[in-house]
Amino acid sequence: MTESFWLIPFIPGASAFVLAVFGRWLPKKWVSIQACLSVFASFVISVVALFDLLKLNYESLPLVKTLFTWIVSGSFSANLSLQLDPLSSIMALVVTGVGFLIHVYSVGYMGHDKGYTRYFAYLNLFTFAMLILVMASNIVLMFVGWEGVGLCSYLLIGFWFEKHSAASAGKKAFIVNRIGDAAFILGVFFLIVHVGSGEFRAINEAVHSGHIGAGLVTLIAILLFIGATGKSAQIPLYVWLPDAMEGPTPVSALIHAATMVTAGVYMVSRMNVLYTLSGEAAQIVAVVGALTAIYAATMALTQNDIKRVLAYSTISQIGYMFIGCGVGAYAAGMFHLYTHAFFKSLLFLAAGSVMHALSGELDMRKMGGLRKHLPLTYPTFLVGAIAIAGVPFLSGFFSKDAILTQAFARGQYFVWVLGIMGAVLTAFYMFRLIFLTFHGEERIEPEAKKHLHESPRVMTVPLVILAFFSVVAGYIGLPVVFGEKANLFNRFLEPVIKPGHEAHLNIGTEWTLIFISVAVALCGIYIAYVFYLKSPLLPHNLVRRFPGAYKLLYHKYYIDEVYNAAFVNPMVKGSEAVYTHFDLKVIDGTINGTAEATGLAGRVLSLFQSGLVKDYALALLLGVVIFLGYLLF
Amino acid sequence: MIPVSYFFGLSLILFTLGIIAFFVKRDLITMFMAVEVMLNAANLAFISLAKATNSLTGQVIVFFVITVAAAEAAIGLAIILLVFRQKKTIKTEEFRLMKG
Repeated sequence: MTESFWLIPFIPGASAFVLAVFGRWLPKKWVSIQACLSVFASFVISVVALFDLLKLNYESLPLVKTLFTWIVSGSFSANLSLQLDPLSSIMALVVTGVGFLIHVYSVGYMGHDKGYTRYFAYLNLFTFAMLILVMASNIVLMFVGWEGVGLCSYLLIGFWFEKHSAASAGKKAFIVNRIGDAAFILGVFFLIVHVGSGEFRAINEAVHSGHIGAGLVTLIAILLFIGATGKSAQIPLYVWLPDAMEGPTPVSALIHAATMVTAGVYMVSRMNVLYTLSGEAAQIVAVVGALTAIYAATMALTQNDIKRVLAYSTISQIGYMFIGCGVGAYAAGMFHLYTHAFFKSLLFLAAGSVMHALSGELDMRKMGGLRKHLPLTYPTFLVGAIAIAGVPFLSGFFSKDAILTQAFARGQYFVWVLGIMGAVLTAFYMFRLIFLTFHGEERIEPEAKKHLHESPRVMTVPLVILAFFSVVAGYIGLPVVFGEKANLFNRFLEPVIKPGHEAHLNIGTEWTLIFISVAVALCGIYIAYVFYLKSPLLPHNLVRRFPGAYKLLYHKYYIDEVYNAAFVNPMVKGSEAVYTHFDLKVIDGTINGTAEATGLAGRVLSLFQSGLVKDYALALLLGVVIFLGYLLF
Repeated sequence: MIPVSYFFGLSLILFTLGIIAFFVKRDLITMFMAVEVMLNAANLAFISLAKATNSLTGQVIVFFVITVAAAEAAIGLAIILLVFRQKKTIKTEEFRLMKG
């Protein structure tokens, strides 16, 4: 069975192909079943592959399956080859597992959309590209997946392209990602030039043996990380993710929360040798992650759009993952990626269920008191919020705590403080969302209230399953206080991520750190309770006291405006100038001038064309006379 | 023995008549006949020169010209017939389809 792991990406790929080419002739029921089953089949193979992997010894890893040689150019060659090791196995499980639930949910959510088949073709194509990304055994093929998910993200953000905002959000995501990708591909070129191969094993060996200079390693690591900031929405390239919420909600859950945006974290973990060797690059990763974590969290505080709060929360949580990678605790970063996939997709899907119930309402000011109307959505949403806030015994607590503890243990106190502050904000804005949406008085529009209903079974069952995993997923990565061997997750990843110099704290410090993170989480929840349930006037007073700060946060630090003024508008203006002065005048002028000159010549010459046979005969005669005259005299 | 120049003179006269007829006449059939006169003027020149120089080349060319003229007559008359059916006239000034 291990041999057939290469089928994992290709089953959804084949399904996407069938849906794209023959989809219009297939009945809707067939489309739903095929799309969901293809991902489920991949999930089953991934599970089987995981159990096979657990039986193998470390020396035989990774398993590589070469399908064919793809590019040959001089001494360089790249294969279309997939690999299976603990890291790609975890990613494949997350992508196919969460992906399957979201496919099922979409059957209900997108049920009445006229682009139903197109939607599932894109979704399957995304699954295919994401699986290629995580299972590629060389960085060139990984880049194919990297671009593939970017394309699908663009297609799905702009899924309702007749809406102007959706079309431009898709464009924004695509262009911002290209900026990161330009740096990424430069990094890939440097690697290929200096290693001579794109295979991850070859890169690891070359870097380990010191064939590549330290400066070069730092350069490559930073270039690759710039690519990651684009894909994973970190400072300074995060601006596309909030706008990406224009897409259908299940897409936000799958692509812009659970899988694609974490590709950067996966990439950094995959290239961990580079970042371990280059302290500077790792430090940059950690600081960017920490700044993003707190910066995005502050922006989430004042948003009224339920999906935008979750979008900023995603940016912030990915920041935590990068803290983990940056301080050298790649396993902790990956662990947070894995738990985050469950609770964040749960939150998005539950938010989608709320929207569904309110006929597409997104504004939290027009919600409130939904608790009794949505008996299944409310508890699952609450579980997700508790998990992300870091309340003990749920998955988010274990993974966030693992990251912060590692940051502290490795002496990154600045990063740790930012992380702790971010944790307070996380708990606060999540419970602000809960209280505004589900508690308090009802502020629902009368029109929406008429159709108010709990979502169908096909949408709530995935919610319940995800809620279950949001609770239990953390128990495979228990902190050290429960025993040295308690962290099964880290031990599983050891073949890929060398433990290196483990930073150990004594048990007392460990417990203190755990108590601090529990305290900040509860503190954040309590503040939200005071603000939005106990004395709802308090936020208004605060806004009146600090109008400047509120406006700054509400307008998201004016970053979109700054980017528009600094990059977008000069580009647009410059293009317009080139269009009016060069395109219209020089290029169009040349072409129109040629056409006019030809036309004029034709009009003059046509004067000689009388259409009378005798005129032509006369011309012939004259020609002969002139010719003979020339010959004879 | 009549000198060759006499034949040439006759040939020239015939050819000039042909040209004049071609330009003066308006109906296609007469113009067509004018062309035939010109061809035969050329034939006369060839044949007289062939006789004077005792070579066969001129005579061979004359056969070719007669053949071509026959073919041309057949096709030309057919075209004129069709044109007449379409337009009910064979006056050249009525046909100005190719006017630019």
